[in-house]
Amino acid sequence: MLYRENGQFKTTYSADQQLMPIAQDRWLMIALVASSFLAVPLLASDYALRALIIPFLILTIAAIGLNILVGYCGQISLGSAGFMGVGAYVAFNLTLRVPQLDFLVVLLLSGGSAALIGIGFGIPSLRIKGLYLAVATLAAQFFLDWVFARIRWFTADSSSGSVSTNPIEMLGWTVERPVDKYLLVLGVVCLLTLAAKNLTRSYIGRAWMATRDMDVAAEVIGVRPLTAKLSAFAVSSFYAGVAGALWGFVYLGSWEPAAFGVSMSLNVLFMIIIGGLGSMVGSFFGAAFLVVLPLLLNQIPGMVGIDLSTAMKSHMESMIFGGLIVLFLAIEPHGLARLWAIGKEKLRIWPFPH
Amino acid sequence: MPLAIGRLRRHWPVVLLAMLLVVGLVAPLAGGAATSGFFLEVLLGGLMAGVLYSLVALGFVLIYKASGVFNFAQGAMVLFAALATARLAEQFPLPLAVVMALGLMIGFAWLVERLVLRPLVNQSAATLLMATLGISIFLEGFGQAVWGNDIYRIDLGLPKDPMIVGARLFDGGILISREDLVAASVVAALVLALSLFFQKTATGRALRAVADDHLAAQSIGIPLNRIWVIVWSVAGFVALVAGLVWGSKLGVQFSLSQVALKALPVAILGGLTSIPGAIVGGLIVGVGEKFADVFLGQALARWFNLEGGGIEQWFAYVLVLAFLLVRPEGLFGERHIDRV
Repeated sequence: MLYRENGQFKTTYSADQQLMPIAQDRWLMIALVASSFLAVPLLASDYALRALIIPFLILTIAAIGLNILVGYCGQISLGSAGFMGVGAYVAFNLTLRVPQLDFLVVLLLSGGSAALIGIGFGIPSLRIKGLYLAVATLAAQFFLDWVFARIRWFTADSSSGSVSTNPIEMLGWTVERPVDKYLLVLGVVCLLTLAAKNLTRSYIGRAWMATRDMDVAAEVIGVRPLTAKLSAFAVSSFYAGVAGALWGFVYLGSWEPAAFGVSMSLNVLFMIIIGGLGSMVGSFFGAAFLVVLPLLLNQIPGMVGIDLSTAMKSHMESMIFGGLIVLFLAIEPHGLARLWAIGKEKLRIWPFPH
Repeated sequence: MPLAIGRLRRHWPVVLLAMLLVVGLVAPLAGGAATSGFFLEVLLGGLMAGVLYSLVALGFVLIYKASGVFNFAQGAMVLFAALATARLAEQFPLPLAVVMALGLMIGFAWLVERLVLRPLVNQSAATLLMATLGISIFLEGFGQAVWGNDIYRIDLGLPKDPMIVGARLFDGGILISREDLVAASVVAALVLALSLFFQKTATGRALRAVADDHLAAQSIGIPLNRIWVIVWSVAGFVALVAGLVWGSKLGVQFSLSQVALKALPVAILGGLTSIPGAIVGGLIVGVGEKFADVFLGQALARWFNLEGGGIEQWFAYVLVLAFLLVRPEGLFGERHIDRV
């Protein structure tokens, strides 16, 4: 960045291993978190919160979850929306059938049950690799889709298969206004990001990365593939489950089974590819990109003054979207996070050449 | 003799399938003619449906073999080719429209090579997969923007009325859709032509060399870029045929691109690198799906108080999942050995 880190010496191991070794980074991060807790609720309009910021934050959780599995552990998964669906439907059934349960507990339980299902569908990863695994995870997606669409118990016998949620009650706090919802989601995002970041720096995270880089070699040096892969599936599905519960309760309010279909899975995968595989900040970038882009594309024809039919608009949208994905991959296959890192490195020595 | 046994061992899935067929045919015959007629009907229906799946799966396999790209855009290509043919056929005679659509698919192949594959050479499989997803989204939007998004018809002049065979053998005979029969023979002809192309022509041999080893092929002077254009064109041609057959069956509309999701497990089941695998995989999935729908679907619906069956949504995938656990590289896929 624009600042220099001269003169910041580490004298203890813990100082050397802290999350942000550079003081300015720390202060900037504290300022960012503080302003998003204090300033954003005051400044942002209800519309911006509802249509932009809340979906961005929730999708970030899903993206971090998938990034743990794909980016850190190297197991391609096309089924993340299925696990989001597990979280959403478990949360729905819990609030419906056990109404006295606090939403915090509901959130944890929906994440936990998604993690259990994730472990189940993760077992094939011990034998199947690469693209074959990607198709195997589609089995999870389609099977879970079917379960939620067809087994009436999950949707509480609603005739159309769509469900709607009750207002959220959490620790005596009724989460109803967009600001409340924002603060709830932001809190969850902060906690889960911190947890994921530290997890990837720990023994477990290193085991994941060793498995990703070469699973046979990892096994030889003593990483147990069973625990490494299944823990990645469990953690990833936990995040997906929490994200799904929030997506259903906070963002959608009421949804149909198609809400957690395969296109959602692909969207989350786009987020982490465009954002950057194996990068926390990349998950944020990717989620922001995928939330903002459709809104922008929707606005552009009106701004330029071309009046298009709705169908044409959606075709143009998908054309531009598809084109941009290819363009992004061609320019920077390692995603926005890589661009961010390059920019930071350049700015560090700016205005000098080296 | 050892050779024959070796071949048998290599092709055990075919043997297994043949045995299943024999058992499946003989067992119900013993059980009574009425059930066996129904049984055969389901079986044949499954085989026909399976052939149609393998038609789309072929496209996956062709591209994966030659460029190591898992082409998610195959479904969008099917949709695009079918849309182009259907709309062009409104103004030109059908054969001309088909040729023009083929020209479009070749142009598309060239563009993909130039704009997508060349900049992304040597990237990871996941990145390339994403790129084809991008192509797929683009092509779906582009196709519908150019050709419109209604339901169109392609009339290939296929006989629509089903025929009844074996009325003397079974009670009521077996109902066979003539349309599916024609489609199945088209696929058989296509596979034959493709295998001749791959085995006998210089280009086909070059394609196989590239599939074997990119670097080695390049070092003996095979132009990789041109090979990719050719293989994407061939995949485009297969997509066109699939689009024609599926389109005349279901009508040309957006849902045609979802056919690819059905064909995905077929390609995986057969092994991503094997053309016969795509065919056998298609047959297994087609038959399995029909039987599951008839027998398992009803049972499930009874046990779980389901809203309709819909089991075909996931059955193929779960079948493939179970199968991959036994044979992780699919039926005929190349077995690879991991070395550190």
